[in-house]
Amino acid sequence: MADTTQDYTPGSHPDLPPPSSEVGVIGWLRHNLFATPLDWALTILAVYLIYVLVVPALDWMLFSADWAGETRDDCSREGACWVFARVWSKVFIYGRYPVEELWRVNLTFIIQFVGLAALMIPGVPYKKWTGIFLLIPYPIIAFFLLYGGAFGLEPVETSLWGGLMVTLVIAEVGIVASLPIGIVLALGRRSKMPIIRAICVAFIELWRGVPLITVLFMASVMFPLFMPEGVNFDKLLRALIGVAMFSAAYMAEVVRGGLQAIPKGQYEAAQALGLSYPKVMTFIVLPQALKLVIPGIVNTFIGLFKDTTLVLIIGLFDLLGVVQLAATNPDWLGFAVEGYVVAAVGFWIFCFAMSRYSMYMERKLETGHKR
Amino acid sequence: MKLAKALFAAAAAVGLSTAASAGTLDDVRGKGFVQCGVSQGLPGFSNPDTAGNWTGLDVDVCRGVAAALFGDASKVKYTPLSAKERFTALQSGEVDVLSRNTTWTLVRDTSLGLDFVGVNYYDGQGFMVRSDLGVKSAKELGGATVCVNIGTTTELNMADYFRANGMDYKPVVFEKADEVVAAYDAGRCDVYTTDASGLAAQRIKLKDPNAHVILPEIISKEPLGPVVRHGDNKWGDVVRWTLYAMVEAEELGVNSGNVDDMKSSANPNVKRLLGIEGEMGKNLDLPNEWAYNVIKQVGNYGESFDRNVGPNTALKLERGLNALWKDGGLQYSMPVR
Repeated sequence: MADTTQDYTPGSHPDLPPPSSEVGVIGWLRHNLFATPLDWALTILAVYLIYVLVVPALDWMLFSADWAGETRDDCSREGACWVFARVWSKVFIYGRYPVEELWRVNLTFIIQFVGLAALMIPGVPYKKWTGIFLLIPYPIIAFFLLYGGAFGLEPVETSLWGGLMVTLVIAEVGIVASLPIGIVLALGRRSKMPIIRAICVAFIELWRGVPLITVLFMASVMFPLFMPEGVNFDKLLRALIGVAMFSAAYMAEVVRGGLQAIPKGQYEAAQALGLSYPKVMTFIVLPQALKLVIPGIVNTFIGLFKDTTLVLIIGLFDLLGVVQLAATNPDWLGFAVEGYVVAAVGFWIFCFAMSRYSMYMERKLETGHKR
Repeated sequence: MKLAKALFAAAAAVGLSTAASAGTLDDVRGKGFVQCGVSQGLPGFSNPDTAGNWTGLDVDVCRGVAAALFGDASKVKYTPLSAKERFTALQSGEVDVLSRNTTWTLVRDTSLGLDFVGVNYYDGQGFMVRSDLGVKSAKELGGATVCVNIGTTTELNMADYFRANGMDYKPVVFEKADEVVAAYDAGRCDVYTTDASGLAAQRIKLKDPNAHVILPEIISKEPLGPVVRHGDNKWGDVVRWTLYAMVEAEELGVNSGNVDDMKSSANPNVKRLLGIEGEMGKNLDLPNEWAYNVIKQVGNYGESFDRNVGPNTALKLERGLNALWKDGGLQYSMPVR
C-alpha cells in the first residue's frame, strides 16, 4: 500500500495535471467536435462535405490547374486554365483602353490609393487636407487623366473603357455622389417645409420604386429617343447619373433611419444653446446619426459596388462584362468558369475590404452606446 | 407585352422621323469615323481579341465601309449592343450601321424604320448529337430529348419541324446558352439545337468536342446582315456595295495579297471594280478606288470568312450556304458596272 499512495497532510497535496482527455488537442476535439452524439454526426458530415466539395475545388483551382503558356493548347483541361486569365489580364483590368495610355489609368488609381491609405491609416498627418484633396481636386484630375482632351493628353472615349476600371469608376462616383445627396434628401424628407418635403419624398420613392436595371435601360434605350437628333450623351455618363441617383435614394432612407434614432433632447438642447439649423445638423445631429448607421451605409455601398455589373445590359463592360466578353473569343471558348472565378475573387476583395474598414470605423467611433 | 409593343412602335416612329432628316453619309464623312453597332461578344462574328481590337465577320463589314469611305479600315468606333437595344441604338442615331448578326425578317424590315442592305452570313438552325448515338439525320430524332433556349425562335422552329415530320420530342429548356450547353454536355438530353454557327462555337466548350456531330439538316432560314436606317438610301448604298465588292472580289479572284497586281488585269470586271475603268466610286459618292481599299485592307469575302469563322479557325465552319453561287452557295454579288 505504501508504494501506491503517499500520505500528505491535508491541503499540502501538489496540483495534479488535468486528465489528458480534457486538455490539448484531444480535449479540444472532445469539447468542440465530439461532445454529444449529435456533434459526432455533424462532425462526420462536415468532414465528408469538405472531402466531397473542397478537395475537388482545390484540386481544380490549384493542383491540377495550368498556369504556364500562351494559348489554349497549353491547358490540359483537367483543372482550371489560369493561362486564360493571364493572357486577358490587361483587358480584365483596363478594357480596351489604348496600351500606350495605360499609365494614365495607373496614375489615377495610384494617387487614389495613396490618398485613401493616408486617410485611413491612423497616425498619418494632414488628414483634413488629404480628405479635401480627394473630394475636390482629385475627381477633376482623375477626369482629365482618364478622359483626356486637355493638357496635351489624348482623349480616350468612354467606349474604350472597360473591366475593373469601369467597375471602380462607377462604384466610386456612385459612392461619392450618393452620400451627400442622400443626406440632403434625408434632411429634406424630415423638413417642416411642405414643398421641399414633397419633392424629396417624390424623388426617393420614384427612384426606390424602380429596379436599377430599369433605370439603366431607360437611360440607355429610351432617353436618346427623346433627345433631338445628334445630341448624344455619353453612355457611361448616363449610367453614372442613373447609378448615383438610384443609390442616393437608398442612402437617404438609411440616413433618415439614423436621424430618427437621435433623441429629441439632442435637437432641443442644441437649439437651446442658440445654434442655427445648419449648425445643429453639422455639429450635433449628423455626426451621431451617421455613426449609428455606418453598417447601413456600408451595406448600401457594397450593394452598389455589386450592382455595377448591371451596366452590362446597356453595353458597358465592367469586370464581369469583359470576363464574359473574353469567354466569347473563338480561341478561348470554354473557359468561362475560370473567368467567373476571377471576377468573383475581384469583387470579393473589394467588398470584404469595405466591410472590414466599416467595422474598424465602428470600433473607432464607439462612444459607449453599444448594447 | 402590349406596353412593350407600344413603346417599340413609338420608338420606331421617332426613329422614322429622325431618319428622314438624316444624311448619314455626309455626317459620317464629317465626323471622320463610322460608328458601328456590334454584339456583346459572339464568337467569330464580333468579339475583341486580347489586345482589345474588335474582330469578326460582322466587324469586317464596318471596317470595309470605313475603308471604302476613308481609305482607312481602322476609322471605326464600336458600340457593343445587347439584342434588346440594338434597334433603338440605330434609330436614335447612336450608331451609323448595325452589323450584329441580325436576322432579316419582314417585320423587322418594315415596322422598325430600318433597312437591311444585304446578307453577310446565311445561317440556319441545326442539331448536334453525340456521335456514339449513331444518328445520321435529323429525321431519326423521334422521341429524343432536346436541350434548347427558352423563348427563342429556335424553340418555335424546332416545334414546327418535329410536328411537320410527325415526330415527338421532349424539350429541356434553359434561360442561357451556357446552361443549355452544360446540360447537353452532362447528358441531360440527346440533342442540342441552335443556329448552326452557334453550334460550332458551343461545340468547342464541350468536354470532348470530337465526340459530337452536327447533323446535316438545316431547319430554318436565318439570313444575317447589316442594317441601316430607313430612307437613308445613299448611306445604305455604300454599305450594300461594300458588301457586294467583297463578294465580287472573291468571285474575280482578287484578294488582299494580289490586289496590286490585279490593277493591271485585262479583265474589264476587275478594272471596273478596282476603279481603273469607269466611275463606280463617283456614283456611290465615294473615291474611285473605294473597292481597292476595301479589298486591300479588309480582304475579299472569302478571306474574311476564313480568317474569322472558316475551317482554320477554332469555329471550323464550312462555307456551305455562304459559298459563292458558282460553288453552289448563295453569296452572289450584283454586277459592279
